[in-house]
Amino acid sequence: MYYLYILTILALLISVFKSPDKTSKAVKIALKKFINILPAFLSMLILVSIILFLIPDEIILKYLGDKNKFVGITLASFFGSITLMPGFIAYPLCGILLKKGVTYMVLSAFSTTLMMVGILTYPIEKAYFGTRVTILRNIFSFFIAIVVALMTGIFFGEIW
Amino acid sequence: MPFSDKIKISGLFAYICFVAASFILNFNPGKLIGINFYSFSIEMLKLLPCAFILIGLFEVWVKRKTVEKHLGTESGFRGYLWTILLAGTTVGGLYVAFPIAYSLHSKGAKLSIIFTYIGASAICRVPMTIFEASFMGITFSIIRLLASVPLVIAISVVLGNYLTKRKYKVLPGK
Repeated sequence: MYYLYILTILALLISVFKSPDKTSKAVKIALKKFINILPAFLSMLILVSIILFLIPDEIILKYLGDKNKFVGITLASFFGSITLMPGFIAYPLCGILLKKGVTYMVLSAFSTTLMMVGILTYPIEKAYFGTRVTILRNIFSFFIAIVVALMTGIFFGEIW
Repeated sequence: MPFSDKIKISGLFAYICFVAASFILNFNPGKLIGINFYSFSIEMLKLLPCAFILIGLFEVWVKRKTVEKHLGTESGFRGYLWTILLAGTTVGGLYVAFPIAYSLHSKGAKLSIIFTYIGASAICRVPMTIFEASFMGITFSIIRLLASVPLVIAISVVLGNYLTKRKYKVLPGK
């Protein structure tokens, strides 16, 4: 994360050096864009706080280990789609699940839908790209995740 | 004030009251929701100011022509390559990718490119992939990338072409 701060500060310094006027314009644009999208972020944060309460990690741990692989994939992609968590929480969780014997295929379905399908980010995506595109992109992303999971399953020999 | 805004504001008000009351009355579920809200807000506030400042600098300094040439309708396969490299360095998640994709599009990047960008920033972020590999094994990460990147590009092209034919326009001014 620190490289982001360093990059931003460097970029700002170079920009100020080249043209203070343009820099202040850039900061104004940044501020305006940030304020414009703030309500959508607020909606997302409220949704996230409620969903994460309703679906804590223990529930995910419990359901992903289902004996039937296809039930496992379905539940994994469902949980992955409706929740949102940063990678530094998601992957340790996947690591625990892997040690508990959950298949790579199921974890692939979970982590890929988690990253690509955003039901909780719907307010933000809609604000930028409209309802139709948001729905289409999420449906397509869901199918990509399922295909990726099946390919992972084939590679690790977990399907048969 | 439109009706939908009234609903949103009363919803927000109800949410704040509920969380505040939960802390006063020591109601655990409400407190957990409040804590979730807090920790996620902090997580995002660490990233968003930097992301938006970089977007601002991008809009001021990068010429429309440059973006059009490399990521516009005339750009070929290389456009996708650039986009995936750019996505690899993105931090955060989808919520950071959306405003960046929006800015790219308003500077002339074509639709299939911005969908590729959004998809790739979800699955190809370098720090995240390293983290993933350390928990799941490098084989898992490599298979996941090899399987998903071509699919993301293919689907983005399909979706982009479909929307371009339908004369889809991104809403201005966000």
